[in-house]
Amino acid sequence: MARIELRATSKTWDDVVAVEPTDLVIGDGEFVAILGPSGCGKSTTLFMLAGLYAPSGGDILFDGAAVNEVEARDRNVGIVFQSYALYPHMTVRDNILFPLRFKDVPREEALKRANAAADLVQVREYMERKPSQLSGGQQQRVALARALVKEPQLLLLDEPLSNLDASLRLTMRSEIRNLQRKLGVTTVLVTHDQIEATTMADRIICMSRGRIEQVGTAEDLYHRPDSLFVASFIGSPPINLLQANAAGGQLAVGDGRLPLDGRADGKVTLGVRPESVVLGEGSLQGRIDDLEPHGRETIYHLTTPLGGVRALEAGAVARHKLGDTLPFRFADSLVFSTDSGRRIDGARAIAA
Amino acid sequence: MSTRSSRALVDRLIFLGPATALLFLFFVVPVIVDVAIAFSDMGRNLKVTEFTTDNVRRLLGGDSRLTSIMGVTLTYVLCTLAIFNIGYGLLLALMTTALPDRAGGFFRAVWLLPRMSPSVVYALLWTWVVAPTNYGLLNQILQGLGLPLADMKSNAPMVLIILANGFIGASFGMIIFTSAIRSIPQHLFYAARVDGAGGLSIIRHITLPAIRWQLSFVTIYQALALLVSFEYIWLITNGGPFFDTTVYALYVYRRAFENGQYAYGAALALGLVVVGMAVALVLWRFFDMRALLQRPRIEVK
Ligand SMILES: Nc1ncnc2c1ncn2[C@@H]1O[C@H](COP(=O)(O)OP(=O)(O)O)[C@@H](O)[C@H]1O
Ligand SMILES: [Mg+2]
Repeated sequence: MARIELRATSKTWDDVVAVEPTDLVIGDGEFVAILGPSGCGKSTTLFMLAGLYAPSGGDILFDGAAVNEVEARDRNVGIVFQSYALYPHMTVRDNILFPLRFKDVPREEALKRANAAADLVQVREYMERKPSQLSGGQQQRVALARALVKEPQLLLLDEPLSNLDASLRLTMRSEIRNLQRKLGVTTVLVTHDQIEATTMADRIICMSRGRIEQVGTAEDLYHRPDSLFVASFIGSPPINLLQANAAGGQLAVGDGRLPLDGRADGKVTLGVRPESVVLGEGSLQGRIDDLEPHGRETIYHLTTPLGGVRALEAGAVARHKLGDTLPFRFADSLVFSTDSGRRIDGARAIAA
Repeated sequence: MSTRSSRALVDRLIFLGPATALLFLFFVVPVIVDVAIAFSDMGRNLKVTEFTTDNVRRLLGGDSRLTSIMGVTLTYVLCTLAIFNIGYGLLLALMTTALPDRAGGFFRAVWLLPRMSPSVVYALLWTWVVAPTNYGLLNQILQGLGLPLADMKSNAPMVLIILANGFIGASFGMIIFTSAIRSIPQHLFYAARVDGAGGLSIIRHITLPAIRWQLSFVTIYQALALLVSFEYIWLITNGGPFFDTTVYALYVYRRAFENGQYAYGAALALGLVVVGMAVALVLWRFFDMRALLQRPRIEVK
């Protein structure tokens, strides 16, 4: 197991900056997720950790020692690719045995370890098959076994669940999580799916356009997002963002006014989570233009003097009808500086 | 019902007709003519006076030269195929795909040049290179190195024709192997590197298995091509000295058109068709091409 550190690590392709200089520490045995939209540099970061891409600048340290010059094959990392990248002409057994070929493991012992790895992910019964004779979920497990068989000090997962169907994804999510707890291997998961990141990882690294936006727990990212990007990327349905002007302890939002707590001035963006919009009480008024019943909850689209607002109300039955005009209030909110996109700490606008 | 089946017939005629007609005109008809001549006594005067099995009998045992011709052919085909068409073609493909795109493309273009030049020009170049005088390119180099002059055409004619054909033949495999290597998913190479494989292990365990189909195809195709083509040999050594570089196909030509033994030439050609088919079938079986050509079972999830 290893403690991983990035020091001003960056990657540039010709003139494309894939990853800007980045600092990051991943604790020994920790499970972190790199979360961000497609093309933000997640895989590039992962491949730099694996030694497949050489950083354009900065250092990568494993347990305090720089590994920049260490070849991928000498880093003792296991990796699962989005496409699984199983060797198509080899049986499942040979795929799992492959990493042991290049270590001085006696044949007997290698077979034993391959069997153990196969048991771990429950693919023992398919050992004689070729990858093309397996379903996506089975291939995924084999890829996991191949990554784990060498007992890596670092496990890297590049969108491992994105090719699975929804129910299988749910199962694999908890299986991978449990496996990681059991083995205690330092793990980096790359994903664009926030649910995957929040349910599996101890800590989430939220990336955008080659930069780390925020590092924290799911709770940090959800309730205390550092930036507009994180606030809008995390959460489903997405946060309401309302353009506003702050002056004299008041927030002018559209045609409405809200009292402002904390210090903020000038152009700001008010962020309100849909579940913080309380319907049926308060001093604001809105009309329901659209509603989406989701079974366990209902999402309402309101037209209000502040602008369009999404509200989420729990409960099996929708309490309001299309076209209803009703009062509402904000139970909580976040205030961001519109220019810098940063959250203004301590500022909130709560409409009673 | 009847309109539908007549429609199907018309469709078949439209789609298969032209190809079938060409095949008939340029393969079936010549083979029939060849068989007819092979069983006749056609000579330099192109007259047929009787039909006979003499030529076939001569082919099957009466021609003492044929054994050594077979030996020359086997040496030529095997060496050119193994060393250049497959070996060197593969090496070029592996090396040029490992280089940056532009450099790789440049080297591939260089190796394509011989194929793009007209055969006669190419053969002339070789003739000049190995000219036994002081002015041959090879000899100028040897002189520069203080080595004695060489006369490849007389002393190593087999090496000469293998080199000349190999330099051309390598590009075919190179092109096909290059595109095959390019189509291997990059992630497989990444996975192998992370799994601990070095360069040679990656070639052995990832690249070669992935291009197995192309290797088999080029082997079969080039084996047949080498068996039946002789233009460079004819242009460079004319099968000489004596019969030292006369491969089977060139022997057919020499018997028929130099000695005027048209009937025997036709019988020899018939033998070549049979040998070619046998070689193709054996290789087809050996490489299990049928399995390779089958639709792969890939489950898309
Ligand atoms: N091999 C490469 N050559 C050039 N550009 C690349 C390469 N790999 C990635 N990039 C670029 O780097 C950026 C980040 O890519 P990537 O790390 O794959 O994103 P993600 O995994 O977050 O979707 C993208 O703009 C992509 O086009
Ligand atoms: Mg990616």
